[in-house]
Amino acid sequence: MTFESVLFRGGEQVPSGLSAPDHFVDFNLDQVVDALTARREPYELTPLFFMPLHDANEVRYRQAACRDLEDTVVRRAIDHFAAEMGAVRQRREHALQLRHRYHRYRWYREAVRVYAEAVKTLRDDLHRVGLHSEAMISLREYLEDYARSSAFIALVEEGDSIDEELAAIRYTVQIVGSRVTVRRYEGGDDYRRDVERTFSKFKQGDAKNRLVIYPERADLNHVEAQVLELVAALFPQSFGRLSDYCVSNQAFIDPHLQRFDREVQLYLAWLDFIAPMRAGGLMFCYPKVPTASKRTNVVDGFDVALAAKLIHEGGTVVTNGFSLEEDERILVVTGPNQGGKTTFARMFGQLHYLAALGLPVPGTEATLSLPDRIFSHFEKEEDIETLRGRLEDELVRIHEMFEQATSDSVFVINEGFSSTTLTDSVFLGGEVVRRMIERDLLGVYVTFIDELASISKATVSMVATVDPEDPAKRTLHIVRQPADGLAYTAAIVSKYGVSYAQLKERIVP
Amino acid sequence: MRPLLLAPSDAASGLPQIANADDLIRDLELPTLLSAMSGDDEYIWGIARQSLLLPLVDPPSIRYRQEALEDALEHPSVVRELYDIATEAVESEKERFFGMFRDNPDSTLGGSVRLLELLVPMLRRLRAVADRHVAEFGSQAFTGFYAMLREQLSDEYLDEVERHIRNLDPRRGVELATRMGHVGETLDYRVLRPRRNGWRDWIPSVMSRSSYSFEIPPRDHAGFRALGDMRGRGINEVANALGQSSDHVRGFFAGLRQELAFYVGCLNLADRLAAKGEPTCMPIVAAAGEADLTATDLYDVSLSLQFDERVVGNDIDGSGASAVFITGANGGGKSTFLRSVGLAHLMMQAGMFVGATSFADAVSTGLFTHYPREEDTTMQKGKLEEELARISEIADHIGPGALLLCNESFASTNEREGAEIGRQLVRAMTESGVRVVYVTHLFDLAHSFENEDAVLFLRAERRSDGGRTFRLHEARPLETSYGEDLYRQIFDSSRAAAQGGSGTQP
Repeated sequence: MTFESVLFRGGEQVPSGLSAPDHFVDFNLDQVVDALTARREPYELTPLFFMPLHDANEVRYRQAACRDLEDTVVRRAIDHFAAEMGAVRQRREHALQLRHRYHRYRWYREAVRVYAEAVKTLRDDLHRVGLHSEAMISLREYLEDYARSSAFIALVEEGDSIDEELAAIRYTVQIVGSRVTVRRYEGGDDYRRDVERTFSKFKQGDAKNRLVIYPERADLNHVEAQVLELVAALFPQSFGRLSDYCVSNQAFIDPHLQRFDREVQLYLAWLDFIAPMRAGGLMFCYPKVPTASKRTNVVDGFDVALAAKLIHEGGTVVTNGFSLEEDERILVVTGPNQGGKTTFARMFGQLHYLAALGLPVPGTEATLSLPDRIFSHFEKEEDIETLRGRLEDELVRIHEMFEQATSDSVFVINEGFSSTTLTDSVFLGGEVVRRMIERDLLGVYVTFIDELASISKATVSMVATVDPEDPAKRTLHIVRQPADGLAYTAAIVSKYGVSYAQLKERIVP
Repeated sequence: MRPLLLAPSDAASGLPQIANADDLIRDLELPTLLSAMSGDDEYIWGIARQSLLLPLVDPPSIRYRQEALEDALEHPSVVRELYDIATEAVESEKERFFGMFRDNPDSTLGGSVRLLELLVPMLRRLRAVADRHVAEFGSQAFTGFYAMLREQLSDEYLDEVERHIRNLDPRRGVELATRMGHVGETLDYRVLRPRRNGWRDWIPSVMSRSSYSFEIPPRDHAGFRALGDMRGRGINEVANALGQSSDHVRGFFAGLRQELAFYVGCLNLADRLAAKGEPTCMPIVAAAGEADLTATDLYDVSLSLQFDERVVGNDIDGSGASAVFITGANGGGKSTFLRSVGLAHLMMQAGMFVGATSFADAVSTGLFTHYPREEDTTMQKGKLEEELARISEIADHIGPGALLLCNESFASTNEREGAEIGRQLVRAMTESGVRVVYVTHLFDLAHSFENEDAVLFLRAERRSDGGRTFRLHEARPLETSYGEDLYRQIFDSSRAAAQGGSGTQP
């Protein structure tokens, strides 16, 4: 079995120059990716999030790998490897900047040592765990072969032997005024013990540690470097071996492992991002990705960008589900403002995109088709152009969407045409929805126009609900029921006792 | 080397501070007592506070301190002299070396050397006091302390200390033994024991090429910095060792000062009370649950300290009583009495004398107070809820053998409700082995315990002319209270204001 990539079954590379899809900002996915890639800058993960998959087998390849990585033992092994590889890079880059020969060689050897340890540890760790994904199993086999190769074994054994030899060297540094003398160590006792013994009778508990924490510095200063040169002069044979080793092992990192080290971070970044939400009681699942059907179903989904924020602030997250059976294609969402409609639309878009990245998505269960593209149109409230200009822009934009869409595309439209008259809105909304139905598009249409919810059997009416006890309270639940904007109005009127019946009763003398 | 003046071993000290310390400070008016103990020495305030709020619970520990305190009361000038030496050691170190210990082994080493140069003569002074007075003291605490000083701080020992101080003077050279770490850094630096004649006389054992040298040029400032850094890394551990050693020596003085501060605080208080003729006595202390409160002329020390004249004391015989109810006239000395019981317990369990002619009781495993909290009325919770919340807090910490002082608890609601809650509280507590002293004007509450054997009733007295004696006597609760009297006293300005405790208004 060969191993190329933990992200792509066929091993393809992510093309350079990819940019974020247009819908990224509408779905707040830009915030999500920012959060995911924070503290992982060296991996340059962002482009990996810009390449959704369109092949269900590729998605399943990732889902399986991600499931393996959810195993805490596997995860610990990978985290350890990642930390070690980071240390390797850091040491190697550092060594290359050093002026003094033996100091440079020692750092370079250190990079190799950490690398070899990282490889062996990962191999041993993966050997002990149950793996189920094609990606991780082939990585394990690759590692076994690599760690058995004669080149790797030689790299390790010669390096260890040099380390041992250098570690055994003992010497003394005498400092008197400005004069420094380096000698082989020939015995002598530790004066600190004399001091401690004398004062031990005063000892009571732990004293404040007055040890100065000296940073492990990159550069030995020039005095220390001179000392090191003199130590090398005292022990020429041992240091000769070190320099031979470094010269003959220039490119020691295996390219496959280097690629794995980066790519696996896509999964880890996502799992880390969703971990606090899971800890807060929210569920994520691996969606089914049917190839020959547009059946869509999500139970207890949520807007992952909003949830991350709410969980961080200690708030509660309302979950919502939806399903599109048989010929149903479009969720038409109506209901009061601030009722969670935009969040719902965003969630719908996010779910489809995240599923196409092969990652676990919000929800206890999910079936999502893989779109070729996702289009979004969210009304921008901050637009200050004329009504006509704005409506025109909207229509131009939606037209472009239809131009580029195929029957495998997903549309997410939020509050379309609300900037025009009611008649226009009814008409234009109807046209867009009908056109979506014609094109067999999957999507969400958020509107204040009840009629759109019942245009055909392809539309499903979803309503943002309020608390029946207190209509001013939004439940943020979006439920499948007939659109009825008046129901909310009646509830809020009766709460304040100004309904027809109430007013008649109260006004009676 | 520990002074052990407060307890026979380290294990007996270091109890965690009690949870309700703030309540005790407020309800028992501890600041007045603490001021008298500290005089003009701020430091004693904190130590006295700590001693009172970390009560000892076993009688032998208390007796250990009582004996030492008796020694101190007999030889106040010696104890004050010891305290002054310890204070001088701690204070002069603060003045001279504040800020000297920067994050630099050379300054740690230099600072430690100078600090020890100053503290070693103080050690010699302490030993001189011990040599002079060892025969005059009788308590285990002080005789042990003197013996320790004489044994541990011999002239030979102090000479050895001074030799190390000279050797480690940063102006001398140093030889470091070391090895290399993974990246060429030096590991395990250690300073080698100085050769007899100093570093300059080092003679190589082999005359082959076994050493290489270089010299930092005179104007190479970066080079000297780098060398200083290397030297710093090298002497880091020995500087730490000497720094910690000087910390320990200073810690010895600090600990000594702390322990002596308690006795000096007691001496100060004894002087104040003796000056106005108030009696004091060493309490006779029994283990928890093994004695009941009996006292003669028990008075409120905090109250007394606020007046020039003596205050009224009470006699009490609480034999067989697990609950004491105090009823009677407002402003009649009820809460003063309650406070005198609480203060006596804290002082007894700190190992101190108490304000009484005689006092005997079992230790309490915890002292708790439940007093009205005026300022909490602004809170969302109602007053009664707030009171119940505090009872709940007390219940979190109280246990058998504890003592609970209630001052007009549940007066914030009507009598029936307050009495019922109080009854349930007192029954639950006494049946759990907690002793309760309860000041109340809730007749129904006190009255309902009248047929119980293990309950003592005290009543604030009033003379036939309506004035008060501030003395309590054993008497059943009366159904009338004395609000009318108080009213008169306040509104009738012709009558001389009575000497007063802070009677709580129902």
